[in-house]
Order: sequence, then structure tokens, then C-alpha cells
Amino acid sequence: MKISALIFLLLIFAAFSYFMARQKITTAYQQQKQKTKILTLPKYFGYVAALWSLLPALVVMLILQVVEEPYINSEITSYMAATDLDSSTDLDLYLNDIRGADTPEKIAALSEEKQIVYQRFHEIETTTNRTTTAIVLSISILLVIWGLRKINTDTPARKLFEKIIEGVLMLAASIAIMTTVGIVFSVLFESTRFFGEVPILSFMFGTEWSPQTAIRADQVGSSAAFGAVPLFVGTMLISFIALLVSVPLGLMSAIYLSEYASNTVRSVAKPVLEILAGIPTVVYGFFAALTVAPFIRGFGESMGLSVASESALAAGLVMGIMIIPFVSSLSDDVLSAVPQSLREGSLGLGATRSETIVKVLIPAALPGIVGGVLLAASRAIGETMIVVMAAGLAANLTVNPLEAVTTVTVQIVTLLTGDQEFDSAKTLAAFALGLMLFVTTLILNVIALHVVRKYREQYE
Amino acid sequence: MNNTDLVKQGLKKRYLKELIFKSMGIFSIVIAILFLLMLLTDITIKALPAFSQTKIELEVQIDADRLNIEANSPNEVLMAADFRLVIRDALLKRFPEVKSRKDKRELYSLTSMGAEYQLRDMVIDDPNLLGQTLKVKFMADDDVDAVIKGSIDRSLPESDRRVKDQKLSWITALESNGQISSGFNWHFFSSGDSREPEMAGIKGAILGSLYTLLVTLALSFPVAVSAAIYLEEFAPKNRFIDFIEININNLAAVPSIVFGLLGLAVFINFFSLPRSAPVVGGIVLSLMTLPTIIIASRSAIKAVPPSLREAALGLGASKMQSVFHHVLPAALPGILTGTIIGMAQALGETAPLLMIGMVAFIVDIPQSVVDPSTVLPIQVFLWADSPERGFLEKTSAAIMVLLFFLIAMNAIAIYLRKKFEKKW
Repeated sequence: MKISALIFLLLIFAAFSYFMARQKITTAYQQQKQKTKILTLPKYFGYVAALWSLLPALVVMLILQVVEEPYINSEITSYMAATDLDSSTDLDLYLNDIRGADTPEKIAALSEEKQIVYQRFHEIETTTNRTTTAIVLSISILLVIWGLRKINTDTPARKLFEKIIEGVLMLAASIAIMTTVGIVFSVLFESTRFFGEVPILSFMFGTEWSPQTAIRADQVGSSAAFGAVPLFVGTMLISFIALLVSVPLGLMSAIYLSEYASNTVRSVAKPVLEILAGIPTVVYGFFAALTVAPFIRGFGESMGLSVASESALAAGLVMGIMIIPFVSSLSDDVLSAVPQSLREGSLGLGATRSETIVKVLIPAALPGIVGGVLLAASRAIGETMIVVMAAGLAANLTVNPLEAVTTVTVQIVTLLTGDQEFDSAKTLAAFALGLMLFVTTLILNVIALHVVRKYREQYE
Repeated sequence: MNNTDLVKQGLKKRYLKELIFKSMGIFSIVIAILFLLMLLTDITIKALPAFSQTKIELEVQIDADRLNIEANSPNEVLMAADFRLVIRDALLKRFPEVKSRKDKRELYSLTSMGAEYQLRDMVIDDPNLLGQTLKVKFMADDDVDAVIKGSIDRSLPESDRRVKDQKLSWITALESNGQISSGFNWHFFSSGDSREPEMAGIKGAILGSLYTLLVTLALSFPVAVSAAIYLEEFAPKNRFIDFIEININNLAAVPSIVFGLLGLAVFINFFSLPRSAPVVGGIVLSLMTLPTIIIASRSAIKAVPPSLREAALGLGASKMQSVFHHVLPAALPGILTGTIIGMAQALGETAPLLMIGMVAFIVDIPQSVVDPSTVLPIQVFLWADSPERGFLEKTSAAIMVLLFFLIAMNAIAIYLRKKFEKKW
């Protein structure tokens, strides 16, 4: 039976359970003499009975689903070993063909040997499927019957129900943890496989990056080089340019908006900055690659400079503009958290507004601003689309902003898009880069969030 | 000299500094606004040509013998017939002077590759057309389109021009004869991707985005709201809860591409879910938008005054009842606003979807959440990479469509906030 149909059946059983339990309790309540003893609405008994039949069956179904595929694979392998069929080829690929054959034509198109395996596969699949259905349905039916017999007016139905819901809510909250764990494990696992092939030191400190391997051994570049330093330098360079643009502009606009601007100016300028933040990065990338980069190139050439058509400057500049709203909204929060008394004290002593800002507000808000800048840096390092579209693929080790550089994110995208086998060092390298990226941004974020929180506490 | 004079002496300089400081602030904001305007006008100007499509009117004789079909042929035969033949005949009839093989090939490229399908669909719709001679407006090739729209300059010397003199003379002849017209490009909104710029449409990407967002919404909204309720209302103060909070704040700042790596390693390689499918994209994006929605929902729940909770509790409601019957409805507008903003963020996201293979070239329009498809931002990315000139305007047009959806979503969010916001 299909999974969707099975779930549907389980839901019907649960609904049946709900109505029966509610009916049972309602009747019991009607027969009860002391009405004041009635504390719980009948529907809660229904809920409890329904969940009681549904949840265990669902959990069992999930577990069976997960173990089904490895079981079928092992059965097929042992069958193939027993019948002396050629099992030297990659089992996954082999099984994919067989699994893919869902129409009679496709089955007919399989090779003779595969047809035999297909028959066996089909048998195993049918039996496992039937067993799963039988187990899950019998659990559900047993629980329905048992639950309906056990439930009575003394069951603390509402409390039980609320405990279950609270558990579900907690489960939802801990998905954040599961996501982090998932990220850490997925990048860590693949990275360790990569570092098994390429020593970690030559990855971290090597200065040559050319992940493409030639097809024949005697060609140029027959062995790939995985020295990530050019990528780290390129990422730093572009992020640095971006921060050079965004920090002064973002900070100054935050200062103007929070300290000088009239309400009307604020009500116009703030939404405009928010629009800037809401534009998808792919749009910035398009703009950087097709408008800003040619402009910078033309401008540079008119001054006699040679500018690469995919210069770091163009990508960094546009990225900087993109981060402005981020910096400005963070600085805005931080500045408005500075107590009014500090401002009034300074102004009262005769300082001008700019003197107050530079000598009192900014020093007072400095930790928060630094935290904001760190968050912006982590944004810039992790930004992908702008650099993919506007920065190059050439792994040049240079700090000249007019040349083309490549970044960690660009390389991850190039290594992982397109069809390639999953086990080559090339694709695994992307995960190693991903690990670097995750760790770097994690450290920046943790420091920044810590600094910002400490700063807030200082004035609370 | 007393102190007052000293202060007065420095005053001018200090006021000047004040002025400079203030104008630096204005300058920063003006730069940001200017950049935004530049970006929007640049894209709009580039996009406008994409919304009209040049057509060439030709007199075609739909000759059944030439096509090797009959009026009552089944659809498969009609589908297989080579309608190019009659269109080519029509072109040759219009320009009988063209003789050499090379010139003929040049001539045939006036109409789009899609012209034959256009004619085929017409015949399938109405088999009576067979044997008739009628005037049909065919979609023009992207080069012709570019000449008519003026993006290829006719006054350039031939060697610098993509469209050569011969073809240009045909175009001019057609034009002076009134056989060239242009109209709104409906095709752009009603078809999938294509290698030919004039045939490429955005419907596949829009539907792909829609499916992806539906999955994202279905997963992230319930989970995020539950998490927010738990953290605001039920969570005890302990290490575990602190850890959850640190995680949520951190996830909000993790680069989106890392979520793509997670999706690739876990959902595609481990759980072997289909590649390029909106369902995987939706799962990845929902993990990515969870922190945004959780943080917004928490502040909405926090803003509900405690008196409401206490009143409910005082009347005998349980904690759960007070939350679900009173706090949650009061916080819902804020939660919805946060959700829409999270969805808008998900709509514009590109990088994680590249990782899970939604970057493939897909012509078919997706019919469900497991069909391979692409999404709007990725369509932009793909077209931006294409070398043909015609794709430049398509890219800009796709960006405009994307921005339109984003603006619409944000407008709804602002409207909801304005309409239901309560000052307690």
C-alpha cells in the first residue's frame, strides 16, 4: 500500500477513535450524578484517544520506512551473490536502473540479467511493503481498541493532551538544533573524506588552486591542486572592499537618520534602505556584472589602467551597497540604545551635535557598532550570487582590486553545479570549503552576538 | 581674553565641522537612494523591449500534400509533420530572387524556430485550415526582433553588425510592405525556458517558485510558530533552552549557501530525494527561513500584554488554553507579517537552490512539487549567463517579474501590519 494511502487510513482510524471516545465520555457524563465533578470537556478525551492511536503507528511507520531501503539492498546483494550474477558493478547504479523501471516498456528494455534481478526485487519489495502495512495497521487498530476500552472519566485527559502538545512544541523548537547538527555533520563528514585524500595543511596553506583534473594522465594539469589560499585572499579582498563601502555609508546614514533627520525624511529614507535590503542578491549580481563592471573597466581604461572585466572592485562595490541597510539598521538599534541622558549631558555642556556624536555617542556605542561590523563581515564572506556573477573563476593570488579574483563561495558553486560523481576529490573539496566558510562565519557571529548582547546589558 | 571670547573664536570652525558632518550623513543616504534608482531604471530600461514581440506576417499555403498529412489524420501524425516546409515555401514565395543554398538558409532564419509549432498548433486546433492559404503572423527570430527594436543599429558598417546587409534588406522590404508588426509578448508569460531567446518564457520558473514557496510555507510556518510559542510561553530557564536560542540566532546569520550544502548532503545524497525538485528546495528554504519567522513570531507574542494571559488564567483557563485561545490570535497579525517577509526572503534566494540542482535547463512546465523545475531567481541567473543578446532583455524582464512579486508580498505585509496592528 502506498504511504499516502496508509497515512490516510491511520487518520481515519484516529478520527474514529476521537468520535468514539468523545461519545463514550459524553454518555458517561450524562449518567453521572454529581455534575460538579465534571472538570474536563469530552473533546479532550477524544484528542487523547486519537493521538494515542496515531502517534505510535506513525513513529513505527517512519522507522520501517528508513530501514526498508538498506534491507532491500542487502537482500538483493545476497540474492545476486547466491545466483552468481555479476555484482562487480556499482550496486547503487545497478539498482537505480531496476527501481526506475516502473512501466512495462521500461521493464522490457532491461537486460535479461537485470530482468531476473527485477523479478526478485519486485518480490522483495512487495513482501516488505505488505509487511509494513500489516504491522502499522495492526498497531493502530490494537491501540484504537485498547485506548477506547481504557479511557474513562477518571483519565486526566486535558493534562495528558497538553503534555503531548507541549512535547510537540518543544520538538519544533529543537529543530534549530537539529539543523545546526545536520549542517555540522554533513560538511564535517565529507570534509574528513576530502582531507583523507588531500592533506589538511596543503589545503590550508597551499597557494595553487586548480581543482580540474585532466582526463588523461599525460596532459597538463593531470593532478589537481587544492591550495585554498588564493580563495581565502580573494574572499578577504572582496569582503574588505564591501566593508570599506558599507561601514562608513551605513554608519553615517544611521547617524543622520537617528540624530538629525526630521520625521518626514526618516519615513521616506528608512523604507528606501529596506527596499535595498529586500532586493534579491541575484539582481545585484546581474547589475554588477552587466552595468558596474563594464563601467569600471571603461573608466579605468580611460585613465590608462588595465582593469579585468571581472574585477574584484565591481563585485565588492555592489556587495558593499547591498550591506549598507544591514549596517545602518544594526547601528541604528545600537545608537538608539544609548541613554538619552548621555546626549543631553553633552549638549548641555555646549557641545555641538556632531561633537556629541563623535565624542560621546560613538564611544558609548562602540561595542555594538563593532558587533554590527562583524555581522556585516560575516554576511560579506558568505555572500554568493554577486561574486558568482561578477567575480571571476580565476584563482589569482593578488590583492589588486582591479584584477579578477575568486572566492570560497564561487568555488563551492562551480564545483557542485553540473553533473559529476559525488566521490571525487573535486566535489568533496566544495564541502571542505563549506566547512571553512561555516566555521569562519560561526566564529564571527558568535563574537558579534556576544558583544552586542553584552553591550545591551550595559545600558539596561 | 576671557573664556567666552575663546569659545566664540572657535565657534565658526565648530559650526563648519557640524555642517560637514551633517552633509556626510545626507551624502550617504543620497548615495544609497541614488544607487537604488540607478539599479531600478537600468533594469527597467533593459527589460522594456522584452515585453513586446516582433511578428512577421506571411502568406502560407497549408498544403496537405506538401506536409504529407490529411485533414482527418490523427494528432500524432499532425504532430510529426514538418511544418517548416510550408513556412519556407512562404518565405521563398515572398522573396523569389533568393536562389543559392546559403542565402536560402539565411532567409529561413527570419522566422523563429517556434514558428512551425505555432502553425502546427493552429492546424491541430482547426484541421479545416488544411489546403487553405492564409495570412499568419509568425514570431520573428531574435535578430530580426533586435533590428526592429533598434538594439542592433542599422547605420553601422556591415562588418560591425550582427545582421548582415542582405538580411537587413529583407527586413526593410517586409517592413515597408507592412508585414512586420509588434505586440505584447504574451508568450513570455505562457511558456517555459528555451534556448531561443524569442521563445523563452517565464511560466515554468514562476510555477516552480510557487511550488517551492508552498512547500516552504507548509513546513516553516507551523514549525516556526510552535517553536516561538514554546520559547516564549512554556520554555523553562535552563541550559538546553539557552542552547536552542543561541542556535536560532546563529542560524539566522549562517550563509545561505551552507544550507544548500546541507540539502545536498542530507536530502539528496542521504535520503535520495529527487534532484531539482521544488520539494527539496522548499525543505532547504524552510530551514533557512525558520529563524526569521521564529524571531518575528517571538516578538509578536512578546508584545501581547500579560494582562490578557492573566485574565484568561484567572477565569480558569489552562496555560495551553490561554495561549491558543487568547495570546496566539492577538499575536497573529505580527506572526503573519513576519512569515510573509520570510517568504519574500525565500523567494529571492538563489545560492542554496543552485546546490540542489535546480539550475538545470528545464523546458517543461512543472506540474507538481516533485517535477524538476527551476525558480525565478535561478532563471535570472541562467539567462544572465547566456551569450545571446536577446537574453539580456529577458533577464531584466524576469528580474522585473521577481521584483513585482517581492513588492506585492511586502505590500501585503505592510497592509496587514497597518490594518491589524494594535497598540495595547
